[in-house]
Amino acid sequence: MGYGILSTIGGLGTGAGFLCKAAETVTEAAAQGTLAAEEEKSAGSFMISLLKEFKIGGVTLHITSTHVSLLIVTVTLILFAIIVNRKIKKAEVSDTPGTLQNIAELIVEAISNMVSGIMGTNGRKFVNYIAALFMFVLLSNISGLFGLRPPTADYGVTLPLGIITFCLIHYNGIKKNKSKHFTALFQPVWFLFPINIIGEFAVPLSLSLRLFGNVMSGTVLMGLIYGLLKPFTVAWPSILHIYFDIFSGCIQAYVICMLTMVYITDKTGD
Amino acid sequence: MNQVTGQEFIYAMSAVGAGIAMIAGVGPGIGQGYAAGQAAAAVGRNPGAKSDITSTMLLGQAVAETTGLYGLAVAIILMFVKPF
Repeated sequence: MGYGILSTIGGLGTGAGFLCKAAETVTEAAAQGTLAAEEEKSAGSFMISLLKEFKIGGVTLHITSTHVSLLIVTVTLILFAIIVNRKIKKAEVSDTPGTLQNIAELIVEAISNMVSGIMGTNGRKFVNYIAALFMFVLLSNISGLFGLRPPTADYGVTLPLGIITFCLIHYNGIKKNKSKHFTALFQPVWFLFPINIIGEFAVPLSLSLRLFGNVMSGTVLMGLIYGLLKPFTVAWPSILHIYFDIFSGCIQAYVICMLTMVYITDKTGD
Repeated sequence: MNQVTGQEFIYAMSAVGAGIAMIAGVGPGIGQGYAAGQAAAAVGRNPGAKSDITSTMLLGQAVAETTGLYGLAVAIILMFVKPF
């Protein structure tokens, strides 16, 4: 499997998050001055915190906690991919598969089945992207358990995922249907064209907002509980962690993959 | 009594607006509950299709949740980004 795409996604996410964050913080700082910075320090762990800033050619770039958690998630995934790659290449047919190989085979098989179940036989070429998306989003959502701020609770990370899906949808739609892809915009009656256009652009927006909103609400709630109930947060918040990090995270990773596949099949289907 | 400045009034009204925006959470709650109820009825009628029903239900619920999340996004922007 082409796990190389993992690093592509990670890189893209980091890059875009970087740009969005830079633009956001620049305008924010200009508007509110030092007051915002002081407020952010006392606001607790659920805010994106600024770690370091530097200037490249007049533009101030900020390294925030999102970048750190993104880096950790991406490096973990790449290390996992490299180790599994080594193991699988060395494996003989007669060997008994070890734990790591079993886990890797389980993941690959489950995702492959999921993709072929929804996209049919022509879905083979999307398995790489869906697998990368699923593992990246899953690990990002769960990373709240390990004390990181989930990278997906930053709109600069989820919007690129939506934009990649948008490009995939229309690239494959144009490849499959040629000019019919555009005439479909006028489909029921011609004056519905503006509505159809809005509907097309709502796809990446709702995809990214759904992931962002779910993870962000969990992060904000956990931050509020840890911030307001400081002396009483002994052991019982783990129940909330199970819901917000594990359950919600897995469901959202599943849902974003599912919707990506459904949207692509919607355009490329017969 | 102290005079309330314009900026303070805007912050206060932003907090009120965030609260009002979260009324959007009512709709998805009803919708998701209805979907879960229908799915439970479907499993009762046809227990063999449980995994199919569950995945369809989750997908539908995730889509139904979108409007509530738009409300949440508006509330978060009003509370933390302070656009005004």
